[in-house]
Order: sequence, then C-alpha cells, then structure tokens
Amino acid sequence: MRIYLDHNATTPVRDEVVEAVLRVLRDVWGNPSSAHAEGAAARAEIERARERVAALVAARPGEVVFTGGATESNNLAIFGVARAAGVSGHHLVTSAAEHPSVEAPLAALEAEGFGVTRVPVDADGLLDPDAVAAALTPETSLVSILWANNETGVVQPVARIAERVRARGVPLHVDATQAVGKIAVRLDEVPADLLSASAHKFNGPKGVGFLVVRGERALMPWLRGGSQERGRRGGTHNVPGIAGLGVAAELAHRERDERAARCASLRDALWSGIEAKVPRVRRNGAAAPVLPNTLCVEFRDTAGDVLLEALDGEGVAVSAGAACASGSVHPSRTLLAMGRTPAEARASLRFSVGHGVGEAEIERVLALLPDLVARVRSLGDAR
Amino acid sequence: MSERVVVAMSGGVDSSVAAALLVEQGFDVIGVTLRLVGDSSRCCSLDDAEDARRVAERLGIRFYVADYSDAFRREVMEPFADAYLAGRTPIPCVGCNQRFKFRHLLERSRALGAAAVATGHYARIERDPASGALALLRGSDPRKDQSYFLFDLRPEQLAQIRFPVGALAKHEVRERARALGLATADKPESQELCFVPDGNTAAAVERLRPGRAPGAGEVVDEAGRVVGRHAGIHRFTVGQRRGLAIALGERVYVKAIDATHNRVTVAPGSALGARGARLGGVSWVAGAAPGAPLRATVRVRHRHAGAKASVEALTSARARVLFDEPVAAVTPGQAAVFYDGDAVLGGGWIEEALP
Repeated sequence: MRIYLDHNATTPVRDEVVEAVLRVLRDVWGNPSSAHAEGAAARAEIERARERVAALVAARPGEVVFTGGATESNNLAIFGVARAAGVSGHHLVTSAAEHPSVEAPLAALEAEGFGVTRVPVDADGLLDPDAVAAALTPETSLVSILWANNETGVVQPVARIAERVRARGVPLHVDATQAVGKIAVRLDEVPADLLSASAHKFNGPKGVGFLVVRGERALMPWLRGGSQERGRRGGTHNVPGIAGLGVAAELAHRERDERAARCASLRDALWSGIEAKVPRVRRNGAAAPVLPNTLCVEFRDTAGDVLLEALDGEGVAVSAGAACASGSVHPSRTLLAMGRTPAEARASLRFSVGHGVGEAEIERVLALLPDLVARVRSLGDAR
Repeated sequence: MSERVVVAMSGGVDSSVAAALLVEQGFDVIGVTLRLVGDSSRCCSLDDAEDARRVAERLGIRFYVADYSDAFRREVMEPFADAYLAGRTPIPCVGCNQRFKFRHLLERSRALGAAAVATGHYARIERDPASGALALLRGSDPRKDQSYFLFDLRPEQLAQIRFPVGALAKHEVRERARALGLATADKPESQELCFVPDGNTAAAVERLRPGRAPGAGEVVDEAGRVVGRHAGIHRFTVGQRRGLAIALGERVYVKAIDATHNRVTVAPGSALGARGARLGGVSWVAGAAPGAPLRATVRVRHRHAGAKASVEALTSARARVLFDEPVAAVTPGQAAVFYDGDAVLGGGWIEEALP
C-alpha cells in the first residue's frame, strides 16, 4: 500500500465527487448556454456548484467565475486587472515567495514595462502588512498575495494586509489555492477583491477552478469568443468538472473544522516523531502560523530529491522543492526568499497529509525515515 | 529480492536498450536522467528526459530526473572553456563520465539501495579469469567503441558499473529497440558535445567566460617569423587548417598554441609529428602504476586508431609515452589512452608533445 503525503500537490478525489462527475458526464450533457431543457439542466448544475463555492468562501454566487484551475485564475486576475486599469495602473505589488502562476504573469508584465514590487518575507516566510502598505504607490493597480504557501504552508496575515491595502483603495488578489479546504477562507472576514482556487487541491477533479471577483470590478477577459461567465471566461463550460468542484466545495465547507483538527494531529505527530528520531532537522516556518496539514522539514546535509526517491521506493510519496515539468527539482524560491542557502533549500522535504492518511501511515513513515536520512546524509550532495 | 541497478538514461537509444536488457535479465531497474545542461530556451535536454521517461514507462520501471546543472557548469563546462583559453583542446566527456555518471550518480544510487550504475556506453567490463581483476575492454562494435572516454575509471568503480550494450553492435542495439517498441529506436546519434549543440565551440567558450578570450594575435612559423594573424587562440586546435588565412606557398597546420603569448605556431604537415608525449593526471585501471615501462597501443584522441609505444610511469600520476613512429597532432588537453589489445590499461592527459 502506498502512503500518500503529498496532498499539497494534489488530492485523491472523494467518492461523492466522482459520483457527481460521472452522473453529469453521463446524464447532463446539454450545453448550459442553450435555451432548451437540456441546456437548462446543465445550467442548473453549474448554478448549484456556483452557490456551493460561494458559500464556501462567503461570497455571492454572481461573483464566482469558473476557470480551468488556479493557474488560469491567477493569470486572469493579474492580467485582467492590470489591462483594465490602463496607463494609470502601471504598478503591481506582490511578495518574494509567490507561486510561479503569479510570479510569471507579473514578470511578463514587468517585461512590458510595468513596475513590480516584490515585498520580502522574513526568515519564517511571513510578510509584514506594513511593508506591503509601504510598497503601494498612486499607480498601483493590484496587490497579489499568496494566502498560504504551497511549500511551507505558511499562512500570511491576509486580513491585516487586506485592511491596509483597501484603506489605500487598491484592489487585493489572494491566491488561496492551498488555503481553501484546509483553513477558513471567508471573504466576509478577509475583504479581498479577487480570490483564486482550484478544485483538485481539495479532493475535487483536476482542470477546474474558480476566481472570485467581488463587486463590479473591471476585468479584461483572457479567453474571448463566448459570453459564458458574464464574458469574463469564454468557452463552453466543463459541466462535469464544475459539478465535481461544487460537491468538493460543499464537503470542504461542511467538514472543514474536523479535517483541520485531524490533519493537525497527524502532522504534529509526524513532526514530534521526526524531531525525536532524526538528528539535525529544522522545521521551515516554525514560528509562523502554518496550514494544519503541512510540514516542511530541512534534513540538514541531505539532498531532498534523493530522499524523495528513496522514500518513493519504500512506498511513500512526498515532495521536495518545487517540481518542474520534467520532474526534476530546483531549490525552492520560497525557501531562498526566507534566507535559506541553496543547499539548505535542497535539503528540505514537504509532507502534506489529507484524506486517507491515518496514524498507521505516520508511524510507518517514522519507522522508515531515520535510516533513509542517515543513508542519504552519508552521501552528501555534490551540488 | 532481485538486485537493484540504476541506469543513466540519456533519452538516446543506447541507454534505452541498456535499461531494457537489464529488465530482461531480471534486475530491479531504476532509470535516472541526469539533467546536466541548465535552462535553455530550446530546452532540448527536457525533450530527451521526456524520451527517457517514455521508455521507462514502456519498461515499467521507476524513473527520476536528477538536476545536476549547477555542478555540471562548474565542474565540466567552465573547465572546458578555461582549457581552450589556456591553449588546450579539452575532452569534457571523460570528466563528465567520471564525476557525474560514476561518482555522483553512483552515490545517489546507493541511497536508492542499488548496487550498481549502468550506462549505454560501448565498452565492456570483464573479470580476468587468471588474476580475478576486473578489466575494462573496448566495446565490441569498433565503430562505436567509447572506451577512450572511460580510461580513468578506478577498479572500485568498475565493480559497480554495468555496460549492458558493450558487447552489441549499434545495429543490434537499434534492432532490439525496435523489437521492444521503444520510442527512441530510430533517434539520430547525439551531438559530440551535449552543451555545444551547434558545434561552435569558440562561441561556447566566449559565452561561458565572457570577456576572457584574449582576442587577435600573431600566427608564427616554426622559426618564429610572423606569417599572419589569428582571431583568438580558443578557435584553434593542433592539426587544424581551417581558419588560417595564410599564404605560405604550402599547406600549413596548427602545430602549437601558446596561450602566454597569445600565439599560434604553424608548420607544414610533414613537421606535425611528435615522438612522444608527457602526461599528467595519469590513471591505471589496475589501480597502481606498473613498476617497469610497458608496451602498449596508445590512442591520442577518440578518432585515432592507435600507435605502438612504450609507456613509462614517472610517478603515480605522471607518465611519458614514446611512440615507435612519430604521431601527428598530439594535442595538449586530449587524453592518451593505453591499450593492450582490447583492454584499457589506463591513460593520462597530454600536457606536452615531445618533438
């Protein structure tokens, strides 16, 4: 039996979600843009999912735009707002520890001549809300902040950031991809203007996500040629995927506190065990609030990617750094932004628990780790 | 549980078949693609990794991509450029094999519980029935033999290395790949140097060491008379004729490159022969240098059939080669590799050709 401790990469799809996707795929194949009964049936699936997503994040259903996932949502938010702002909004603010799906669009705008300020994070990966506020200029058209970091799980003080940014009249985009389903993500508590997320990070299907756009904000569409999603995202809807997202959202909403408590207890057991059994380890983001399911550990003087492969061979799936397209691993930008050296960043592993993980799995991993770490550590890292 | 072996899979046909043969032989095989050349806009190394991944999927083996691009730049590419700037003609493949495949990857393999590393090299490792020692032999296909690039392997490394295609001919390797339906069966031969895909070494040197190329200088004849100008010593290798814009009434070739004076010496073909060579960084497959001079066939570059010579170990790391007949274009930076028939005895780096 495999032990899957990589729930921040993707999650197993819940049975309830699989059933919804299959039912809609088989029975509700109409085009939601059609005027007839078949279209109406498909439209009803989408609107039900929209209500569920809206309930999950405490937004209005009309503010939810379905997309092909968080990367698309982040691109739509950043390009959409920057392009709609025109010449007066040629400046954007973000953090130094963003996901590539935020960093790359910002870098593309920078290459076009936009100004981008990347606010540094501290040694625990945290942003200072005052530093974010201090980066704002009269030309700033958007602030984009990662709610919870995918690698360290560090949760930013988004409520205080939102307060400071909104006081200056600048819209705030939060990439909540890792936060949704793990902690409370409520726009009535954190008044952000745009919010991205993806279904597959909370036991939904891949290839479907959403962007919440509050109020009547001007947003330049990315995909044109259809009036779907009020012209903000053209293209015939992925109706089965959206229905699956809706069910996953409802489950996440209903089970949130229970999930968080269960994950935190497993994660804490894993960390206490590692600390007790493996010498020379340190927890990244130790002094920061962290997602209840995430543990990022530096095993000093090891190569994290080799440790990953050795664990994989023993049936345990974890993550090292940020995986790139080829599957090879580069030192994590997040850890480098926290002041880690490349060697320290490469020595870090991410464990992320979730549905299907129990105490037996944690015990098995704790039984394996000391020997594997010792073996990998004895080899050093030539890089 | 069957013995575990890690195969260095480049994405080419040879290492694909090497992996397939080991699977057939019942080994527990893990494929690893070493990503050596860092991010480039063309990203051909990623395509190769994808080819290797397809083969691994087909064979049903575990597969990983291991990124060593920073170390490769530091340990192979930059020394390659520095050698050209010092007037030598380097062979980066020897150091790449030694450091990346048979040191870094071998260590990594131990962490994965593997006892050996395999590659798609055309060379063989056999145990001498008399002495019990491991011998490094030429690949069976004389046109594909790569033993020249492996001369500095140590006995303890040989014990942990497998060359599954070393006893096959190239056409047999391709046939095996086709029979197995491997995606790489008809992939063209790879470039001489993986990090200089366009073959323009001078441009690569300038890119790797910006501002360090010394620029134009004098071309002199053997008597020291200035006979022309050159556009930078890193554009030349011993024995080269191309790029010499000189009219001397007879064909001349590069005989020597003097980095200190930024000077290229030319000579007619008849004057290019060397009686011998002084070698540094000498390595012996048996582990220790022989006590007395020995007779060997010595190859002074990959595409050299070999010349009869006496090899004398001066110290554990230094040696002198004396050829029976002069050998043309003995080039500093290249390796001189000693053979007894098919067996590699050892080799070293040419520091100086002896007149």
